[in-house]
Amino acid sequence: MSTGTERTAAPRQEVATPHSGTLAGRTTTDRGAGAGGAAGKGPAAGTTAPTLRPKANLKVRFNRDRSLVFMALPAVILLAVFAYLPMLGNVVAFQDYSPYIGIPDSPWVGMENFTRVLADPDFWLAVKNTLVITAFQLVFFFPIPIALAMLLNSLVNPRLRAAIQAVVYLPHFFSWVLVVSVFQQIFGGAGLLNQSLRANGWQAVDVMTNPDTFLFLLTSQAVWKDAGWGIIVFLAALSAIDPAQYEAAAVDGANRWKRMWHVTLPGLRSVIVLLLILRLGDSLTVGFEQMILQRDAVGAEASEVLDTFVYYTGVQNGDWSYAAAAGLIKGLVSLALILTANKVAHIFGESGVYSK
Amino acid sequence: MSTLTNKAPVATGPARPPRQPRIKPERPIWDEEPGAVAKAGKIVVLAVVVLAVLGPLYTIVLTSISSQATITQAGGLVLVPGEISFAAYQQILSGGVVTKAVLVSVGVTATGTAISMVVSILCAYGLSRPGSFAHTPILFTLLITMFFSAGIIPAYLLVSGLGLINTYWALILPSCISVFNIIILRGFFMGIDRGILDSARIDGASEWRTLTQIVLPMSKAVTAVIALFYGVGYWNAFFNAILYINDSSMNPLQVVLRSYVLQGVSVPGQVDVGTGAAAGPALQMAVIVLAMIPILIVYPFVQKHFTKGVMIGAVKG
Repeated sequence: MSTGTERTAAPRQEVATPHSGTLAGRTTTDRGAGAGGAAGKGPAAGTTAPTLRPKANLKVRFNRDRSLVFMALPAVILLAVFAYLPMLGNVVAFQDYSPYIGIPDSPWVGMENFTRVLADPDFWLAVKNTLVITAFQLVFFFPIPIALAMLLNSLVNPRLRAAIQAVVYLPHFFSWVLVVSVFQQIFGGAGLLNQSLRANGWQAVDVMTNPDTFLFLLTSQAVWKDAGWGIIVFLAALSAIDPAQYEAAAVDGANRWKRMWHVTLPGLRSVIVLLLILRLGDSLTVGFEQMILQRDAVGAEASEVLDTFVYYTGVQNGDWSYAAAAGLIKGLVSLALILTANKVAHIFGESGVYSK
Repeated sequence: MSTLTNKAPVATGPARPPRQPRIKPERPIWDEEPGAVAKAGKIVVLAVVVLAVLGPLYTIVLTSISSQATITQAGGLVLVPGEISFAAYQQILSGGVVTKAVLVSVGVTATGTAISMVVSILCAYGLSRPGSFAHTPILFTLLITMFFSAGIIPAYLLVSGLGLINTYWALILPSCISVFNIIILRGFFMGIDRGILDSARIDGASEWRTLTQIVLPMSKAVTAVIALFYGVGYWNAFFNAILYINDSSMNPLQVVLRSYVLQGVSVPGQVDVGTGAAAGPALQMAVIVLAMIPILIVYPFVQKHFTKGVMIGAVKG
């Protein structure tokens, strides 16, 4: 992608290419000299690995590593077409785009689409729903895998533990269509719950189509599908805690709860922070397929989130430029969120998603 | 490069010793035996968790293989096994919409997974040596896409501009590579002992040969996990299908499942309630079961490889 800048670049100063602008500025503190900087001064490849290959001039290095570059090429081409080209396609957000005219000939309208989006109450409803769902799930979803992991970790019998793990990971691999279908069969109007309620002469309850309880429904579906899978990371972090710490704490008289508070939770801290960052960076992305699947049942009022707003105004109603503007706002805000969250993590002394 | 913190406490390399389930560790001597209440509480919580996962699956599978009489008697979903009948499966798999959808899903999943694996393994190996030519720019090209995605509208415009609407390629190419998966593979490849690779090169092996004959045989577990991730992704793909496929005869299974179970479209044959025909609920359940069968088949073989090493490497870096 950016081999052009490397003619004069010292080895491993390629980071400072235009492409990586945002990241490079944040991730390379000690070698921001850019192309043309003094050669050979850069430290070994950051923290990840020592320099495995000796430095040589570019031509020699290219000949030596030719096959490695060719191997990476198909993936790079696919990304260039299906990830980077669409980024450029966001120019339609500044146009009055019509598919019959095409991008080159569609009239430019500047920021008009953005002002329209920002004045649209439906857009703000989608923003509100998105943020409410994110916040709700942060409280009622996020702690569950942590608690489950600690519970599993306290089991002494490894076979039982492995068996339970195998069971709770499973729903993660089901599609949303399947998960919602399963919920429909259990909690739907003709589902198992109402079937047994009616059989006992009680009033049937309406869970799947009630907009007021939709938030709980969404969250329980998410918990059923992904809470089990979420524990995998925490189990890994738990197993990395040195047992000697527990022993020392126990010898010093700490009981079970004190050990949990003073040994286990601090041991999980960096993983929790990491996942929180990822979650915050993703806070504008919530349950897209879940919403589409249940929109007919609960109505748009309760289920409209940013992604569905973009999808329905753009693809369904054909207001392409308008939807692209909304989508671009979402993408940029998400980017800002993840960079901010990472910055905050650094301030608190955690390593975050990427290090400096 | 110093993009992602690769300071995982657990090594991602293949040197990790296999878990030994047969050695039963005792409770450490300093750890007090939990009280009866705590113990009972634990058992109840875990039992509820396991039941919450398996219970619904049990009743759905059971209903799909129950006869009409049993289903009528139960008033819907069957909890106690009664008369067993595979009529529902015979009906939906003897041609028609569901059969076609299963074939589409199987085809897309198989083709897509094969392409994804080849591209990802090559890319991960190509990037597994920091300091090689263009290593960092290529890596950044990948990583940036994890932080900023273009959005639905430009993606749709691109796919339609390429003329891929209503083709199976639209279900494969846009979701063909996951940078996340490549990073997992790369982390694993980077953990392989340099000495082995060096000796291969000294013996005259090219990079291609090193990859296919040395690295890949050492990486069976991680490639199995990644193949499962990709395969499940293709099998479960729903949004791409409703976005890019308008021709209902090309619908994959997930879309068909949605129309039958969530949108109330009748499963073909459902109206025909003559003797021997399967009941409506059984047909619906059978479609649900079809959508999960491949996962239930593959999952047990791959599940044991979800070891901490692979996963923490994934999350941390």
